[in-house]
Amino acid sequence: MPVRVQASDFDAGAEIARVTAGRTDIGAIVTFTGTVRGAAHGEPINAITLEHYPGMTEAELERIEALAHERWPLQAATIIHRIGRLTPGENIVLVVTASAHRQAAFEAAEFLMDYLKTDAPFWKKEELASGNAHWVDARDTDTTARDRWAGSTEVKPD
Amino acid sequence: MTDKAGQPVKLRYFAWVREKVGRGEEDVTLPATVVSVADLIAWQSTRGPEYAEAFSAGQRVVRAAIDQRHVKPDAHVASAREIAFFPPVTGG
Repeated sequence: MPVRVQASDFDAGAEIARVTAGRTDIGAIVTFTGTVRGAAHGEPINAITLEHYPGMTEAELERIEALAHERWPLQAATIIHRIGRLTPGENIVLVVTASAHRQAAFEAAEFLMDYLKTDAPFWKKEELASGNAHWVDARDTDTTARDRWAGSTEVKPD
Repeated sequence: MTDKAGQPVKLRYFAWVREKVGRGEEDVTLPATVVSVADLIAWQSTRGPEYAEAFSAGQRVVRAAIDQRHVKPDAHVASAREIAFFPPVTGG
C-alpha cells in the first residue's frame, strides 16, 4: 500500500527497498522523515498525541498522492503517517518519491508534505513537561506553502 | 434537493471540538431550516453550553467535512450521511 496510517514505527530504508525492488527504471529517490521535536515555543514537551479521522485520512492521502502522480512522472510515492502517542525523537511521517530524475522526486516529495500538512485530517496535542496539554494551532505558513503549487483545482475551505 | 426531514445524519467531532462537545459522534435529525454547513454551525451553537463553547461565533475556527470530503461553509447538507467538525489540521 502506498498510503499507510499506523501506530507502529516505520523504517525508511525498508520502504526504499520496497519501492525499488525488481526495477531499474528509477534514477532518483527522495525521502522525507518528520520527527517529534523535544520543545514547543521554548518549552520542553513529554510527548505528542496524534488524532485522526479514520477513513477520511486514508482517502485524503490517496487523493494527494494521485495529484502528485498527475503532476510528475513518478515510479512510486509512499506516504506513511503515525498516530497515537509519540515521544521526542520518534518518527511521525515518511514520504518516499521515486522518479527517473531528481527534480521530479524532490518536487513531488515537497508537494506531498505541503498538501498533507493542510489537507490530511490529523491533529496534534502536545503534552508539556510542565503537565499542561494543548492542541497545536494550524499555521498560516502551511497554507501558503500549499498554495504556491498553483494549478490545483481542489475546492478547499479558506 | 433531497428532503431530509426526519432522517438522521451522523455528526462527528475531532480534537478540541470533540473535547468541548464531550463526545466523538452522535446521530441527529436536522431541522428543515438547516440548509448549509454555516446554518448547521449556527444551529449547533444553540444546543447547549458545551456546543456553544465549540460552535459560537467568536470561538476558534471550525472546519467541516461532508461524507469525508473537506467542504466550505456554503456547502449544502441535504444529501449528507456524515458531517464532521474539526479544527484546521496539524499533522505532518
